[in-house]
Amino acid sequence: MPVIDLDHVTKVYRRHGHRRQFATLKSALLTGSLVKHLRPDQTFSALRGISLKVPKGATYGVIGRNGSGKSTLLKLVAGITKPTIGTVRVEGRVSALIELGAGFHPEISGRENVFINGIMLGLTRREIMRRFDAIVEFAELEEFIDAPVKTYSSGMYMRLGFAVAINVDPDILLVDEVLAVGDEGFSLKCLDKFAEFKRRGKTILLVTHGLSMVERFCDEALWIEAGENRTTGDPKRVVQAYLADVEQAEDQHLAAEDAKVQHTPVTAASPGPVSEPTLPGATDVAAADAEESTDEPDTEAADDDEVPADMFAAKEGRWGSGALRIERVTLEGDDGPAHVFHTGDPLTIRMRVSADHPVDDFAFGISIFSTDGVCCYGTNTNIEEMESESLEGESDVVFAIDRLELVEGTYKIDVAAHKRDGFSYDYHRLLYTFRVKSRTKDVGIYRPSHSWRFSRNVRFKKPDDTLETGDRGPETEAGGPK
Amino acid sequence: MLANLRQLFRYRGLIQTLVARELKARYRGSVLGFFWSFVNPLLLLLVYTFVFSTVLRNRAEGVQPYAVFMFCGILPWTWFSSALSESANVLISSGNLIKKVMFPAEVLPIVSVLANMVHFSLGLVILVVFLVYYQIMPDPLDLLWFPVVVLVQFLFTTGLALLLSALAVHFRDIKDILTNLLTLWFFSTPIIYPHFQPEVQQYRLFFDLNPFTHLAISYQEILFFDGPFGHWKWLMALGAGSVVLLLVAYALFDRLRDSFAEEV
Repeated sequence: MPVIDLDHVTKVYRRHGHRRQFATLKSALLTGSLVKHLRPDQTFSALRGISLKVPKGATYGVIGRNGSGKSTLLKLVAGITKPTIGTVRVEGRVSALIELGAGFHPEISGRENVFINGIMLGLTRREIMRRFDAIVEFAELEEFIDAPVKTYSSGMYMRLGFAVAINVDPDILLVDEVLAVGDEGFSLKCLDKFAEFKRRGKTILLVTHGLSMVERFCDEALWIEAGENRTTGDPKRVVQAYLADVEQAEDQHLAAEDAKVQHTPVTAASPGPVSEPTLPGATDVAAADAEESTDEPDTEAADDDEVPADMFAAKEGRWGSGALRIERVTLEGDDGPAHVFHTGDPLTIRMRVSADHPVDDFAFGISIFSTDGVCCYGTNTNIEEMESESLEGESDVVFAIDRLELVEGTYKIDVAAHKRDGFSYDYHRLLYTFRVKSRTKDVGIYRPSHSWRFSRNVRFKKPDDTLETGDRGPETEAGGPK
Repeated sequence: MLANLRQLFRYRGLIQTLVARELKARYRGSVLGFFWSFVNPLLLLLVYTFVFSTVLRNRAEGVQPYAVFMFCGILPWTWFSSALSESANVLISSGNLIKKVMFPAEVLPIVSVLANMVHFSLGLVILVVFLVYYQIMPDPLDLLWFPVVVLVQFLFTTGLALLLSALAVHFRDIKDILTNLLTLWFFSTPIIYPHFQPEVQQYRLFFDLNPFTHLAISYQEILFFDGPFGHWKWLMALGAGSVVLLLVAYALFDRLRDSFAEEV
């Protein structure tokens, strides 16, 4: 027998388009259109035909992108709004951790607010009295409980709200992304409290972006997308499906960005301080001029491929003489073009280059930058002591990384074709973006392949029990004891 | 409907707490604190006394001392008008309660009415002091009617408060219209002039249609004027009307309730 039962629930929000113009009662009365005004002329379905059954004692996770209808779902269960179509049935006392401290009055003390908030949540004065100490202790506000709430920091405010709501002792707890409350210590306490709830057989409906929470806590999960049920079932499977979808969307997004970049023309103008002496009109037609320009002083550009002169001032852009052009850059993973990679995946950077006239002095360079502008790695064929001989027409240049040993994050790359002394033929500055995903939340800029070894008397729990320690996930090297 | 009223009874603890909070929060941080509830009407009365005995001497027959007469009407009017202007805004200003918590919205306008009723009763204390000072002794039998007048005013105000608070969610302009409407209403009610003034008698129908006329006259007859309370028939009629108003308003409030969480 489910304690939360949503049966084909659709929630339609109304948008009043013309109301901005004629929003007065007077005009409504004058034209006799009061009723018409209350009628919507645009609608928006936040939820479409969602069915959900949560059995007693279960912990149920709801995930989805922003605006997918998660909070609407929670509000329906809380009874704050009613479904447009379908039925919502909820059995037992519900406490909603949706807006913590809603209804706190800033002018009066924390103590009085606890009582008022408790009564709003359905407790009697005596019940609150009995739980008061527990609430204050949980909120860690012993010293400040008699100060007006307006003097509280936002963390204190939320903690007090959380403490009251959780001490209502509900049968069903609705949680909307509230674990971003307070500091590390408090978050842990909240998690403990949830675990205690679970042990005591209470039902929890959890809406969150914290996917690891869903995997760890929930018995079942629902993924909603644009108000519709995408998939339900085992949390791990649902989360994986969701993540795969998010990656795909990111990939598409980055691909779209790249597509824009591919059309960036080679500009003669130097981008800011990283000035590149280029010839006037040095675009596609400037190939002939390129040969003559070799004797120009070019010191800055020479540094540029290894350690950029001024990384922070560097802007995205493209410049160079154009004698040798990088026509297209593609990032490839195992299965063709990709923009999202997992730590340890192979990454191939493929450049399509073309030269209208034969070129004998050339080098190709690659640099990878993190979003905060740190050069994670940079190299070029010249540094690696490859002597150029000749290049003509269209050709492919492939830079292959066997294992991408980078930590999670977004990275941008520079690709360049230049003379061996650094004079640029075609320099693409930070034009290409890829993202690295990792189940392990390690830090830094580089992840050396590694493993841990321990003597026999050091023991760890099985990976499944210690989800937070980061020693799981098939793609990581940093596995548990081996 | 009955179920709704029963629910309301269940919320009495909540209402009580919220009224107390409203009163506490009002004067929090001021030196005199709660005493302002006494001091405010006292100062008001002193100002009237000064103005109408010195600056704008009012010698009208039968309404002397004029400041006390006026105060008999102004006290209930202040309750009425403050409660209404607060109600027109209360659902909107407590938006986070309505949107984020399972909260019985009707409690909010009722709390506005009750909190202002508390201020009214504290003002009464000041009025009584002045009645005693001027040796105006209300008839003890008339005084039995006093709670009835207060009850009728409570029902009438609550009905309007529910109506306004619900409509104001959809028509924000109500708040601004109301301010001006209340000013007009105040001057159209025999509060600063007696109801037996010839001009009032001339437009008798107009005044009789104004519900607050009967409340004001009732207060004045019970507290200020000599002789028996003769206005009770009107008062009872208004009481009956107020009950109907309250029921209709509550029904409308209930109809619009689901839209609050979306429109606030």
